[in-house]
Amino acid sequence: MKQGIFTVIKNEQLAPGVHRLRLEGDTSGVTSPGQFADVLIPGCFLRRPFSVCGAEGGVLTLCVRNTGRGTALLTASSPGARLDILTGLGNGFDLSAAGERPLLMGGGTGSPPLYPLCASLLRLGARPGVALGYPSAEAALYLDEFRSLGIEPEVYTLDGSLGMTGLPTQALRAGGYTSVYACGPLPMLAAIDREADCPVVQLSLEARMGCGFGACMGCTIETKDGPRRVCKDGPVFGKGEVIW
Amino acid sequence: MVNTSVKLCGEELKNPIIPASGTFGYGREFAGIYDLNCLGSFTLKGTTERPRFGNPRPRIAEGPSGILNSVGLQNPGVDTVIERELPAIAGFFSGKVVANICGFSLGEYVRVAEKFDSCPQVGWLEVNISCPNVHGGGMGFGTTARGAAEVTRAVRRAVKKPVIVKLTPNVTDICEIARACEAEGADGLSLINTVLAMRIDPATRRPVLGSMTGGLSGPAVFPLAVRMVWQVYETVGIPIIGMGGVRSAADVIELMLAGATAVGVGAANLVDPFASRDIVSALPEEMDKFGIENLVDIIGGAHNG
Repeated sequence: MKQGIFTVIKNEQLAPGVHRLRLEGDTSGVTSPGQFADVLIPGCFLRRPFSVCGAEGGVLTLCVRNTGRGTALLTASSPGARLDILTGLGNGFDLSAAGERPLLMGGGTGSPPLYPLCASLLRLGARPGVALGYPSAEAALYLDEFRSLGIEPEVYTLDGSLGMTGLPTQALRAGGYTSVYACGPLPMLAAIDREADCPVVQLSLEARMGCGFGACMGCTIETKDGPRRVCKDGPVFGKGEVIW
Repeated sequence: MVNTSVKLCGEELKNPIIPASGTFGYGREFAGIYDLNCLGSFTLKGTTERPRFGNPRPRIAEGPSGILNSVGLQNPGVDTVIERELPAIAGFFSGKVVANICGFSLGEYVRVAEKFDSCPQVGWLEVNISCPNVHGGGMGFGTTARGAAEVTRAVRRAVKKPVIVKLTPNVTDICEIARACEAEGADGLSLINTVLAMRIDPATRRPVLGSMTGGLSGPAVFPLAVRMVWQVYETVGIPIIGMGGVRSAADVIELMLAGATAVGVGAANLVDPFASRDIVSALPEEMDKFGIENLVDIIGGAHNG
């Protein structure tokens, strides 16, 4: 965990209610894809946790969906705004057992955090497949970013307005993957945990947190190994670990 | 060179700063980012006889100037704390810690207290009769003078270490309860625990917290803590660990002037993991600013004249 002051250098809307913030600062605290950052938003008492969608060259990337007072303030922040951020939080994804053909599955704002993971897996020589799900074409995120890595994502929308109709979990049926890495809504992650037909499954959970670094026990979930903190013991949990 | 040391129930602390129970885990998370030996002491997460999962989520909500929690005493149980956490603490903290003891019956309080009483690393037993987030225990004992007296008496008879009773602000007259604890032999008092509170989500039209209500802490409650420490100081002769929304060295001085011998730092640790360390390092300069040479000299100082 590292505490630092970051300066907003860019704030762009990616989809209705979803903003991408580029923040300049010391990103050396980020040690693995799948970790999160905890942002102190002026006007809020508690920090807000967001998955890291990039941490390269001193620029931290966060994608923020406007869901309440804190995220409304954050998505309205202008370039030049300075924010106190804790980085390097959580365990992050374990890339060591990905195998040759990992399948990356994202739902909504769970998709962008898979982008740095995808880049890392490519650097390790894997050939990742990517399946992303959104409510509609309008809500789709990060398709061009994955394309820039040379990956054509399989897209699923609930209303069929883009790609295939339905949920990204349908991508599991094709088989042939050596591991699954997923970030998205809890029901999606639970379905992947049930249905993925491979030994390595890495699920990045979201939870309402108090502190974000393991002190308050606010985000505890039940796992087969007993109570675990999403912020400190997770946010990434393995196959069959979480009691849904 | 100012002197920040204080004495709490006979034990010397290099400064009065004690991270409060439930905001510091068992110290591990903070020991990873700074040397905890700068602290006066720190208080362990509230511990029961058996492991407890705690309350349903959401366990956390927010107020304009504070946090509501309904964690519900999640802890691994006293045996695991003694076997696993205390040896780990020995690796990063050389002083004595405060053990926070919770129970759902007089017998449980006594059994947990007895176990911690035999641990040389534990300097004080903080008896929590004020957790607002559990039923059939916790605050059930702390809201009447009779209940507080019963727990204090039972624990005091069973142990050798100093017994500090942690009081709830969710009462009509905290002084009556403080007096009852002192009369039964309490060596000190901690106050305040969190203030019973609630948030409702207009979108769902339901309480935000899984267990409906939670305990409010943070700067919102600081003036309430100052008032209660002041009142209790006027009522009893035993030392007080003052706490409730402390976030600066100036707050520490204010609570000590109200009557605190030591000062707990709670919610601030959750927002800024370095908060307790930073308060310790800001203290000498803050003392200079107000012409304080020996911190002990100001305890209860606001009551003079």
